[in-house]
Amino acid sequence: MNIQQEKILNGGITLTIDDQEVTVPPGTTILSAAGALGTVIPTICYHDHLTAYGICRLCVVEVEQARVLQPACVAEAREGMTVHTRNTRVERSRRTILEMLDSAVNLEEAPEIQAQLDDYGANRERFENGERRSLPIIDDNPMFLRDYSQCVLCWRCVQVCADDAQYTYAINFSGRGFETSIDTFFEQSLPESTCVFCGQCVDVCPTGALKPKREWLLEQGQTPDEIMQMTRMERRRRKT
Amino acid sequence: MSFDLPTPPELDLDPLVARLNPYAPSGRTALLPALHAAQELYGYLPEPVAAEVGRRLGVALADVYGVIDFYAMFYKEPVGKQIVRVCGDPPCAQAGGGEVLEALSKHLGVQAGEVTTDGEWTLERAPCLGRCEHAPAVMIDDLPLAQATSDQPQALLSAEWEQVTSRVDGDLRALTRNCGNGAPTTIEAYEAGGGYAGLRKAVSEMAPADVVEEIKASGLVGRGGAAFPPGVKWEGAASAPGELKYVINNADESEPGTFKDRVLLEDDPHSSLEGMIIAGYATGAEKGYIYIRGEYRNAENILGVAIEEAKRQGVLGAKILGSDFGFEIEIRRGAGAYICGEETALFESIEGKRGFPRIKPPFPTTHGLFGKPTVVNNVETLANVPLIIRDGSQTFRQVGTEQSPGTKLFCLSGDVARPGLYEVPFGVPLRHLLDDLAGGVVGGELQGILFGGAAGAFATQEHLDVKLTFEDLSEAGLPLGSGVVMIFNESRDMRQVLSGLAHFFADESCGKCYPCQLGTQRQYEILLEMANGHVLSGDVDKLTDVGWTMVDASLCGLGQTAATAVLSAIETWPALFSENGAHGATSND
Repeated sequence: MNIQQEKILNGGITLTIDDQEVTVPPGTTILSAAGALGTVIPTICYHDHLTAYGICRLCVVEVEQARVLQPACVAEAREGMTVHTRNTRVERSRRTILEMLDSAVNLEEAPEIQAQLDDYGANRERFENGERRSLPIIDDNPMFLRDYSQCVLCWRCVQVCADDAQYTYAINFSGRGFETSIDTFFEQSLPESTCVFCGQCVDVCPTGALKPKREWLLEQGQTPDEIMQMTRMERRRRKT
Repeated sequence: MSFDLPTPPELDLDPLVARLNPYAPSGRTALLPALHAAQELYGYLPEPVAAEVGRRLGVALADVYGVIDFYAMFYKEPVGKQIVRVCGDPPCAQAGGGEVLEALSKHLGVQAGEVTTDGEWTLERAPCLGRCEHAPAVMIDDLPLAQATSDQPQALLSAEWEQVTSRVDGDLRALTRNCGNGAPTTIEAYEAGGGYAGLRKAVSEMAPADVVEEIKASGLVGRGGAAFPPGVKWEGAASAPGELKYVINNADESEPGTFKDRVLLEDDPHSSLEGMIIAGYATGAEKGYIYIRGEYRNAENILGVAIEEAKRQGVLGAKILGSDFGFEIEIRRGAGAYICGEETALFESIEGKRGFPRIKPPFPTTHGLFGKPTVVNNVETLANVPLIIRDGSQTFRQVGTEQSPGTKLFCLSGDVARPGLYEVPFGVPLRHLLDDLAGGVVGGELQGILFGGAAGAFATQEHLDVKLTFEDLSEAGLPLGSGVVMIFNESRDMRQVLSGLAHFFADESCGKCYPCQLGTQRQYEILLEMANGHVLSGDVDKLTDVGWTMVDASLCGLGQTAATAVLSAIETWPALFSENGAHGATSND
């Protein structure tokens, strides 16, 4: 069966991505369609198993005839669409987003974003005079630490805590704009909140913002035995 | 905060329990109304109060907190018994708003954002209060004051309420026929002037599809800023599957320099109400919402009365004018968030959430409020509807141009002899509006005009002959936006103006998408430094990259336009951005 026949049979959509034609089922995003061609479009907030909200905009691509760049993670492939995944216009947006993010957030423990910064030739001193989101580490439970100075606001933790997985709703956003952060109700500690310590938020965090406490203590130079002592004590204390 | 008010130990939740009764059954959609009600009881929203609201409405506590912290008019810390807000946007700043804020700050002994030690006053610097024709604007709680002065702060704080008459003029008074009289138009007066004749004609003589056709045939273009034809929206919502549909009157007017919708709502509340009811009939919606910004309490009260009048006259409610068509209208008050004027953020807000814009598509006409087909129109757009239906689209088209039929409201503010609201037929030149109607520039020669709003672009002397139509303005690179014409004379420091606009966007960005969340902040930081006289060689490049990234990659219209004024200024006054450039330079070299 040739592509045209397959298309008729499956109601497929044919589009052109970086001069290559590809046929995909209806409802396929540009990100997946590009993936079928082996073309990688960079993302930060996107996660295969979570609702895509198109927040980081790193995946923006140029779609001919469209007024502005389109987020590949949520924009669907359309018949006859012509997509450019990496031209100067796209690069300017990606590079500037990365430069601004790097100037606001501690990305030391985000190797994927580090690679993107290199790939797009980001100038890491460009916005060095800008305000950084420097926040104290929150150590309020024996399971994990929260260091929001490393938070890129990808929303994944809020999503898994809510309707995308756990239905626990322990965390949401506070502030708005540049001051946005992730918070519990009136900044109460996690043990006081509805958190069930399922750990899914820690799993999906793309930076070091949410980190298992043991991992952190190891980094601080504690031995496994010392860590065992410490966390056991902490848990016992919480119980009483 | 200048001191810590102790949380009252006797915080009594009993009154709240009763107060929440009407809201509890509605659940999350009642969150903003319930928080407003709770805040009226306690002055602010302390933790136990917020928790009670969450429990009664069935909303997760972290979500309640997220909502409280998103909206500028919800307070999680104690505030003074009265809140005095001084407008900080360009027209008010030019008229001495900064001096008024300073005088109040000195008089009360607090900085903006703080509470006085006696707990009587909170002082705030507010984003545009929508009273630019009475600059500088001040509000004491819900009471608006016009032309505030800095010489007698005590008198300002004890001012009595008085009706401020809108300043309305123009070549043609169609939309503003009942405006500028110093009092809201009653339903009797509105009907005596031909009001509700459009609705009467629609329900008695026309099928819903004919009404949609008539609006399409009129060529009416949306007046909220995006310039989308409402007829196309109506058709989309009318043909969308589903029984439940909504009409929304977007009265969240918050664009700096814009006050047209406030004047229409305060002076002639029935015109956009009638437009909504006709939209309901045409699209098959039975419920409408008016989403009005939290600062417009006066307009909200007037609308509340108008809705009661309309029900009494049988033009609203069940079986309107004896037909089978029924329609109800609910007013929803915003809580200090410019972003909620964006239609999908507005839906989120009515649904009881933070005002985060949604990804489009899907579009509101099929997936809008509560996921149902929804028509969202601006107040001015809806005010045109009764006239089009009553007189017919051909009559409507006799004014204006082929592509821009009808009249347009322009909000003139800043350095102009007669700031105010002006109604003109589409097609008159900008010069006519500025010189003939508003009396020309004052305080020196014209330096520039911010056209369209904070999200607009700058016009100069050479644009004065541009005709005011969608097509001519678009060709001249000027967005019509929300009809803002903000005038700056040659003495104004444009770096200060740009820094002020950038402050507005940094303040109002919702924080959802990276380009706007980070870009509005970086843009503001660079422009603030410039305004303070520190210009670095790479600044223009940075502003250009940040600006185009916001234009190109932001999720919604706020981010996409948060840099247009800055990018336009870079083109218009390059010297402004050079290390040795003069601040108030009019030169183009």
